[in-house]
Amino acid sequence: MIGLAPILESQEMSASIILQLILSGVTIGSIYAMVALGFNIIYNSTSIINFAQGEFVMLGGMFMVSLVGPLNLPMWVAFPIAVLAVTLIGTAFERLCIHPLKMPSVLSLIIITIAGSILLKGGAMFAWGKETFSLPHFSTEKPILLLEATILPQTVWILGIIGMVVLLLALFFRFTIVGKAMRACAANRPAASLVGINVKRIVLLSFALSAAIGAIAGIIITPISLMDYERGAILGLKGFGAAVLGGLGNPMGAVVAGFLIGIVESLCAGLISSHYKDAVGLVVLLMVLFIKPSGLFGSAQVSKLKKF
Amino acid sequence: MLTIRNLEAYYGAIQALKGVSLHILPEEIVCLIGANGAGKSTLLHAISGLVPLVKGEISLDGVSLVGRSPEEIVALGISQVAEGRQIFAPLTVLENLELGAYQRFRKEGRRQIAQEIERIFELFPALKERKAQPAGTLSGGEQQMLVISRALMSKPKLLLLDEPSMGLAPIVAKEIFQIIRDLRKSGTTILLVEQNAQMALSLADRGYVLETGKIILEGETAELLQNREVKRAYLGKGRKGFLEE
Ligand SMILES: Nc1ncnc2c1ncn2[C@@H]1O[C@H](COP(=O)(O)OP(=O)(O)OP(=O)(O)O)[C@@H](O)[C@H]1O
Ligand SMILES: [Mg+2]
Repeated sequence: MIGLAPILESQEMSASIILQLILSGVTIGSIYAMVALGFNIIYNSTSIINFAQGEFVMLGGMFMVSLVGPLNLPMWVAFPIAVLAVTLIGTAFERLCIHPLKMPSVLSLIIITIAGSILLKGGAMFAWGKETFSLPHFSTEKPILLLEATILPQTVWILGIIGMVVLLLALFFRFTIVGKAMRACAANRPAASLVGINVKRIVLLSFALSAAIGAIAGIIITPISLMDYERGAILGLKGFGAAVLGGLGNPMGAVVAGFLIGIVESLCAGLISSHYKDAVGLVVLLMVLFIKPSGLFGSAQVSKLKKF
Repeated sequence: MLTIRNLEAYYGAIQALKGVSLHILPEEIVCLIGANGAGKSTLLHAISGLVPLVKGEISLDGVSLVGRSPEEIVALGISQVAEGRQIFAPLTVLENLELGAYQRFRKEGRRQIAQEIERIFELFPALKERKAQPAGTLSGGEQQMLVISRALMSKPKLLLLDEPSMGLAPIVAKEIFQIIRDLRKSGTTILLVEQNAQMALSLADRGYVLETGKIILEGETAELLQNREVKRAYLGKGRKGFLEE
């Protein structure tokens, strides 16, 4: 709180600083929201928490770095290739580690995903080393003036792309028969297989989908916050926090909670100290869970039925 | 149509079916009665490919079903209405019905399915009124109508019904039995599992009695209704009050 006083002396300045902090909170929060969405998609079709979700984000960034840097591909070509590569990794992960198990317990599946995340992280260190990489911004780096704060064009890209992803996902789940089948699996798995839905294929699809979403998040955030092989863990943790905060199994809750954690974190970093930045989101999460264990937007009734 | 020979089913070390044989002819309604835990649901699950460990023979029109996945069995023409009204609660009534035709979507397209759903709505106007509502908000009877309609959406050759009257008020249960009678008129082949033996025997052609994993009696329903053993165990005094409603 000591650091707060001098800032608050100038009213005008503090307003613009807070606006600035909120904007950067929105930026990072949108990434947490994407990661949380990935958690939700897999959770809904399998009731497992995929702790490798953060690694998908890291891999997205890393592939993009290699495609744009050493391979010198234009951004718009590299983007889909990087997403595809990570999607394939997500698919392979499901095929090799999840699919072969017969009637596994939820706990053992979760432990497998932790093992998977360690493996992917190790693989990334092997492939890219321990360096931190950057990516050029998608367009100019010249900040745009917004009210009294400035906003990077990359932030606009990030928000735009996330808006698109959320919209497309919503349309997919609401209007396509496969999307409906995924929701049916989430609602009642035995009944889904009795109407002829291939549940194992839906599980595979959910891994592919959340790997793709993770990769997109990694690609769009790297120009702003850089990427290295270890970044997946903390992004995964924050995204997990957002997923739980929003009420597991509730994608829209996850998006809102992601933004919330991002904004709280950024305000804390700017007004108090950036040392506590990572802790703040988790403290918020713990507090909410003490008061409302089902998360901000989860119903208590549903959470009783949850296996995890 | 369906032939089962010497079927054994296991849950780990527990043997739930101990050599069950039965058959169903086209356009027949066959009922299966038995006490709690006799293995009725296990038998239906085994037919639908949901029991991991089964031995013996199950075949539909000469095609063996053992070892096939549930979705293949649906594709071959068997549709099951499982015990306890297994709706997709957060999905709308309409979405529930569409998913009943999941495998037909690719082959026949949206338009065909929509027509089919209209037909279902003619049969069940209550569902039409609620088509945009989440299925979880329906009453018990409506939910049962929904799961039966959903099962019909795959155009099954054989419909398996597991205790469709369970947990419903007697008057609603009667409606459900009327629906089953109507299905019979339209030529659907049905295997009906019921605890409500009186009702089941009164509408089926033939019946089987299952006890602790074995078929102990079988025959025309008229015979079974007269059978002393059946009368004692399944149509006994204790049930009378309920049945007379
Ligand atoms: N998933 C399972 N795991 C272990 N045992 C099971 C399982 N499902 C059923 N059983 C056992 O198998 C036996 C037969 O059960 P089943 O559900 O088939 O009986 P049922 O005749 O349908 O009974 P109800 O009238 O209560 O529905 C019971 O002893 C039951 O405890
Ligand atoms: Mg049963």
